[in-house]
Parts: sequence; structure tokens; C-alpha cells
Amino acid sequence: MTDYPIVEATDIPAAITALKQHYPDAVKEDTRQGYSGVVVDRKRLVEIAKFIRDDLGFDYLSSATAVDYYGIADEMEMVYHAYRTAGGPALVFKAQTPRDNPEIPSLVEIWPGADFQEREAWDLYGIRFPGHPNLKRILLWEGFHGHPMRKDWHEAYYEQDHKPFDSRWPAGHVRRAEELNVYGKNVRYPADIDLSKLSDRSEEALYSDLGLGVSIQELEGDASLKTDRLVVNMGPHHPSTHGVFRMIITLNGETIESLEPVMGYLHRNHEKIGERNTFLHNMPFTDRLDYISSMSNNLGYALAVEQLLAKGARYQPPTYRAEVIRVLMVELTRIVNHYWAIGFLLNDLGAFFTPALYAIAEREKILDFFEATAGSRMMCNYMRFGGVFKDIPERIRSVANLVNDRVRDFNTMEYLTELINERIPRSIDELDEFLTESEIVKSRSIGVGYLPPEMAIAYSAAGPLLRASGVPYDVRRAEPYSIYPELDFDIAVRTHGDIYDRYLIRLDEMRESVRILKQILPRLERTRGEPIFAGSKQHTPRVPLGEAYGRVENPKGELGFYIVSAGDEKGPQNPWRYHVRAPSFINLTALGQMCIGHKVADVVAILGSIDIVLGETDR
Amino acid sequence: MYGKGIAKGLWVTFRHFVNTYLDDIRYAGRKYLRQDNFEIRQGLKAQGAFTVQYPDEKLAVPERFRFIPFLVVEDPDHPERPNHDWCTSCGICAKVCPPQCIWIVRGSDPATGRPIPEPEAFYIDIDICMNCGYCAEFCPFDAIKMDHDYELASYDRTRHHIHDKQRLSKPLSYWKQIAPTTALEEAIERGGWEHPDIIKVMKKAGKEPVQPTAENMFAKPAALTATVPEPPAAEAAADADPAKAERLRKREEALAGKRAAEGGEAPAAAAPPAASAAPAAESKPAETLAPGGKPKFDKQAMLAKIRERKAK
Repeated sequence: MTDYPIVEATDIPAAITALKQHYPDAVKEDTRQGYSGVVVDRKRLVEIAKFIRDDLGFDYLSSATAVDYYGIADEMEMVYHAYRTAGGPALVFKAQTPRDNPEIPSLVEIWPGADFQEREAWDLYGIRFPGHPNLKRILLWEGFHGHPMRKDWHEAYYEQDHKPFDSRWPAGHVRRAEELNVYGKNVRYPADIDLSKLSDRSEEALYSDLGLGVSIQELEGDASLKTDRLVVNMGPHHPSTHGVFRMIITLNGETIESLEPVMGYLHRNHEKIGERNTFLHNMPFTDRLDYISSMSNNLGYALAVEQLLAKGARYQPPTYRAEVIRVLMVELTRIVNHYWAIGFLLNDLGAFFTPALYAIAEREKILDFFEATAGSRMMCNYMRFGGVFKDIPERIRSVANLVNDRVRDFNTMEYLTELINERIPRSIDELDEFLTESEIVKSRSIGVGYLPPEMAIAYSAAGPLLRASGVPYDVRRAEPYSIYPELDFDIAVRTHGDIYDRYLIRLDEMRESVRILKQILPRLERTRGEPIFAGSKQHTPRVPLGEAYGRVENPKGELGFYIVSAGDEKGPQNPWRYHVRAPSFINLTALGQMCIGHKVADVVAILGSIDIVLGETDR
Repeated sequence: MYGKGIAKGLWVTFRHFVNTYLDDIRYAGRKYLRQDNFEIRQGLKAQGAFTVQYPDEKLAVPERFRFIPFLVVEDPDHPERPNHDWCTSCGICAKVCPPQCIWIVRGSDPATGRPIPEPEAFYIDIDICMNCGYCAEFCPFDAIKMDHDYELASYDRTRHHIHDKQRLSKPLSYWKQIAPTTALEEAIERGGWEHPDIIKVMKKAGKEPVQPTAENMFAKPAALTATVPEPPAAEAAADADPAKAERLRKREEALAGKRAAEGGEAPAAAAPPAASAAPAAESKPAETLAPGGKPKFDKQAMLAKIRERKAK
């Protein structure tokens, strides 16, 4: 469908040179071992960022995240990954700030997509962003003491900095965490907190920001019609929010004037857990991010760590068969996810559960294959560094035993062939026939939740949301990984940027996935019996020093993992920094904009069309 | 024409509705009298809705399905070491466990205090376990496996959700039952149906273990003691008291020998690289498990044997 220039990797050094020429005293190259990109003087960050966006053309800010170098250097760092929507690798730039008074100018005016990410950095690291319009905590509650991602912050159940914990072996007498931390006493308060004065001020802060108090404000306009601005809380316990998510909506009559997402109800500090874990430990935890598409999450994380491992001498890249299986899995996952997304979008539009159940029934057939291959339907934990867990089995077979009696037995390749060539295309066509022409669907979705392309880019929107707005940006083509370069497929693009196009683009993407899968089948046959692992499987790989940003085109958008290995000095087997660039989280940045001017019922549909999963949003 | 799209959609719904009943008729009434009917209705040819009536009937899970680990022990009718743990308490599972739900007390010899390759206690807190399967994947002895029994609801999580060694232990035949293909693959990789250590002992004694096939999967293992020289067999098996005393004595001897040979041993060990590399790779997990374990006291004899062979 689209042709666009492939940007060469050599472009990045050229960009860095240009940066250094323009700002000779404010930009220097990052010379730490294993690092790339430039370090920028934080005082001039905004103008440099503007230069990067406007003159160098890196218009898409993929990720902005903080790192705490406590104990290594007395500094915190913001790391930005900027891309060109035309494709190509990232320009990585960083700004450093002292730990005791961390402050970095906000980039929200350059890239509005930095909004939530900077709030997250403030929330979890305590870095202030002068110039940010709404610098509040985002995942934790206002009044939370401390910034938990800092390296010197310890959780209530703190045991040790790094796993594996010493208490487990060789003399590991079981203790339940709650025995050590009795309920009611399981929260530790710092000495300087006066509990009697502690209160959750998050609600007040929220409402005062909206300019609303208890006083009634009369609106201008028709004097005969007394209307009032009204604040409605949608969620957190609301079936349309796909989990626990809350939207504070200011209404003028039925019309939305502003919408503010409130999240964090499912927050578990995934990244802190990730930094306690070893590299391998994190793999099953990534399943729990976007739990609808765990295979893709696995791949993103595996790619990031493999980038780091590749810096070592003994690294062996995954075998061809492993790559084939990986692509098979992630493309099936994309179909699984889009079945789910379309089914529940229709739920949100009011077609209660009939389309959703039809979609789920089809999804089951793929999950059966996942279960037989990876051992679990959703928490697949299938990818490993340098390969996959196990080859696909000869037969998809269940075994009757004492508890289970109803068995199935299929030849895997036959099952896959029929699934990919017949069952999935048929069910996609059926969904198409079922919904696309429906006048109700059309009238509810066409023109609703419009997101113009330039805004989609500015808000760092990703995945179907971005492509439905007419931006042909897909990581599989923009910065190819695995065996995607040799596969023939198109990037689905739609141009209207409304709910209807986001629905259509998911159908398109499913069809493209089927196209990819049809090319995967002969490759699977051809590589049958070849190894799925290069070298031997290690549970504690030596990960060289450095940083890596691995990203994949997840069904929901661009999923990135920013990983820093501090190597042998600080916990040899554990990532120093483990950051997830969650598409669901960042796509929500644009939600408020998309909803203005629409009705309450449309909010539900617009949210459904973004397709979020709260496990990933809240992390 | 307005409403055509809706009508088209309703037609799809109607088709689903009708197909459900057509399939019910096609496949022998409402219930599936024959197993293959069930398979078809669960497979890719299925049309319409079809429900498995849980809990009256349960869908069997595939072999690789993983839910809560269990410990493999020898079958109760094993001729030499009935109910003996396969686990050597090397601790790899506890280390690779992402949520750290495994606690192991390494067994030790009451007389010497030295660690022995069997766990004294083994706990898994199943409230913490995330069913990732790493313990089974990375266990070098195939001693911990993922179970298929997913009905674990209980009234008291504080008591019933911490599985101890007794609760976790299940015989090898159970594993062969729930995962025949995987069990066979693993056995072929090990080189026999027995525990890797036993296989090593057998090979050392010049006795080839039976090649695993699907047919001899449930065959009773032959007794080893008659054909195998004592020390390693006693090391691996033996719960009875005289054997234990014997083992202690042997270990003390070995330690003494080792202490005596401390000075001269290093260069000797480094001399034949080809010979020393193989056992080192083989006994890698054993190194972590038992500083005073069996590889040590065999070394001198082994070296002597190698020198002999080279001399020829």
C-alpha cells in the first residue's frame, strides 16, 4: 500500500555531528561503555529538542524515561528516544541532573507525547519538570511518600536488592511475607512523617485543577435554559473501562468539555520488581503487562536483552527456525488481540457480547495452539534469549488422566495449516460481514474520536491508533527485526482517524497477519527438525555493560523495553534499569483531545477504539 | 437501502444459531456419544456454539500445560529406592524462580554436617508461584515438573497453600502418565529412564541403561546392586542404616584422601585435558550440590585408569 524511503543507519552519526556543530558546548557524545547517543546540557534541552524535531526531522518521541545512577554516579538521567516517522533507528539523547535536586525542563511543548511519561518520571523518580502543564503523580496517589523507583527506596516487603534471595537456599525455611509484615503493620512510614496530618489530597488536587469547586457556575448562553458544568467520574469500576481505569469528565450538558484520565489502580511497580529480578526472571513478568498478547511482550523483551548480549563475545543469535517460530507466534498474537479488540469495541458500542463471543470463540482456536506449545493460553512465557522455550510439538494432544477426561489430538502442522488457510480468514470475513456495513456501527463510529495525523505523531500515539490517522508507521518496517525483512506484507493505513477506521484497520492488520502466516508455514516445514536454540540455554546469562532499547510492533502499538545493565559492579545478573514503554499507557495521552466535543456514550467507544489493557497501562 | 447492513449482520447471527443445532444433530444428538465427535466439535471444523459441561466433564489439558510444580520421586515399587527423591537440592530451581516461591533446606549428614544430595525440606508457596515453568525447564535432574491438576481451591490459604515435600512429591509414573511424549524426550536425553546420577553410576560400572522407548516406559527398572560396584550405588540409593554408615565411612576416607592429596592433585588433574573436561561438564550441577560429593573420591581411580589406557 505504501512506499516510503528507508532511512539508513548511517544517518544517526550524521545527525549527531550536526547536533555537535550547532551546539558545540551543550552536546557531547555518550562515551560510557555500551552506551550510545548524546548527552545534552539540560539547561538547553528544550531548544536542542526543537532542533532535533524540526531541523533533523526526528518527529516522533517514542520513549522518555528516567534512570537513577545512585551509587554509580550521583546523577539521575532522562533518556529520550526520538525517531523519524519515515523510519530508521533512534536518535538517543539524554539529560543529566544531580540526584539531590533533580530538575529537567519539560519537553511537553515540543512533544505532547512526553506528558504522561514525564509525570511518570516525577512520580517514580521525583524529577521535576519545569514547564510541564500538569505535573502531578500519575500512577501513585498524591501524598505518597517518596519516589519508589529510586534505588535507595525500599518497599514494605523489602528483602534484598537482588534476586535470588539468600533466604531460599540452602537453608530456606518457608516464611510467608505476611508473617514478617503483619497486616496493619505492613507499611513502613519514614521518621519525618506525621501520620495525623497525612491525608490523600489527590481528589482535591484533581478537582481544583478542573476549576471546579462546590460553587455552582452558571454558563453563558441561553438564559432560559439553566445549565451547569458537571463533573462525572467514569470508573474506576465501570465495565466500559476494560479494567480499573477512571476518567474525570467535565460536561456541559451532555457534551464533553474536558477529560482527564486517572490511572494507577493496577499499579504494582512492575519496573521495580524488574530491577530486583534477574534478566531471565523478567520474562514471565512481561506476560502480565498486556496479558492479551503475551507472546509479543516476550519477543520485545528478548530482543532488548539480545541487543545487550550481542555486545558480548560469546553471543549466538537465534537460529532461523527460532525466528520463524517467533514470527508465527507474534502474528497469531496480533490476530488474537484484534479479535479481542474488535469484539469488545462492539461491546462498548452497545452490541452486548454477541460480537465479542464470536470473536472469543475464534481466538480459542489459537490459544489451544499456544497452550499445547508454550504450556499456557495467555501467560505464555515462550521466548528465551537466543531462541524459544521449546519447538512446536508434533501433535496438539491432551492426555486423559484422573481429573480430565475429554481429550483432543491433532497433528500440529495440519492444525496450523487449516487454521491459517481456512479458519482465520473465514472468521475475519465473517466479522467483516457481521459488522462493517452495519448502519448502527457506522453511525456510532464514523467521524467520532477524530485524531489528525500530525497530532497522532505529536502525542506519540502508536499502533492502529497512529496508522488509522494516516501515518504509515510500523516498527516491523520502520526498524525491522527478526525475519520481517524477508516477508511480504503491507502496512495497513487508513486516513480518517476515527473509530470506524480504527476498527477497519484492525481487520486489515489481521488480513496482513494471515498473509505473513501463509509465508511462515512453508518456512516451518522447511526448517522442521532444525535447532530452536543457538548454543545452550542459560539461566544466568552474562549480560555485558551498556544500554539497549528493544522495540516491537505489538498489536496495541509500539512496545519498547529500555534496559541498562550495570554489569558486574552492581548485581551481575540483574538489570540496573528495566523500563517498559507501554503503548496502552502512551496512547492514552491523546484520549482527552479525542473526546472533546463528543457525548458521554462516545467516550466509551473512543476508549474502546484505542484498545488499552490496564495491566500494561498501570504496570 | 438503509438497514441492509443490519440485516446482513443479523443473518450472521442467525447462521451461528442454526449451525449450533445442525452440528448437534450431525454429531449424534446433543451429547457426543463418540470421542471423535467431541474432537471435531472442539476442533477447527466446529460450527456454532459448543460447551464442555464443566465440572461434569473436563477438558483434558495438553502435555505441556503447566500449573504448580511437583517433585518427582521414584515409584513406590522401585526395587532399590522406592519413593526416593530425584531432587538433589542443588538449588537451581530456587534461583531461577522469578517470584522466589521455592524454599529448600539442603540435606546434610547428621554425623559430619556435610551436605548430601537430597533435600531435607522443600516448600512451594503456591500463592506466590506464577506457573512460569522455569524450575522444570532448568532442573538438571528432571526432578521438578509442572503439574496438570488445576483444581486447588481450598478454605484456608495459610495452611493448604504452602506445599511441603510430602504434598509436592509424586511418583515418576505419574509424570509419565500426564506427559508421555515429554517424559520420553527427557529420558532419551538422559540416556535412560533412571535418574541421571544412577545412569552415570551404571555407565561407570559398564552397564548400559535400557534405551527409552514408548514401549518400555512403564517397565519396572531392574535392580542394580548386583551388577554395580558398591560405593556409588550406596551413594545414590541406600536409606537403610548399615548402608548409611558405610557411606559415611567412605566419605570420611575420601575426604582424608583428598586432604592428603591436596598438594599434588592440582597438576595431576590439569594434565589430561580431554579426560578432565568431560566429567567437569557432566558434573557441573553436582559441583554446586556437594562439595564432598562423589566425583571427588573417584578421581584418583579414574586418572589411574586413563593413564593405564594411555600407556597401552
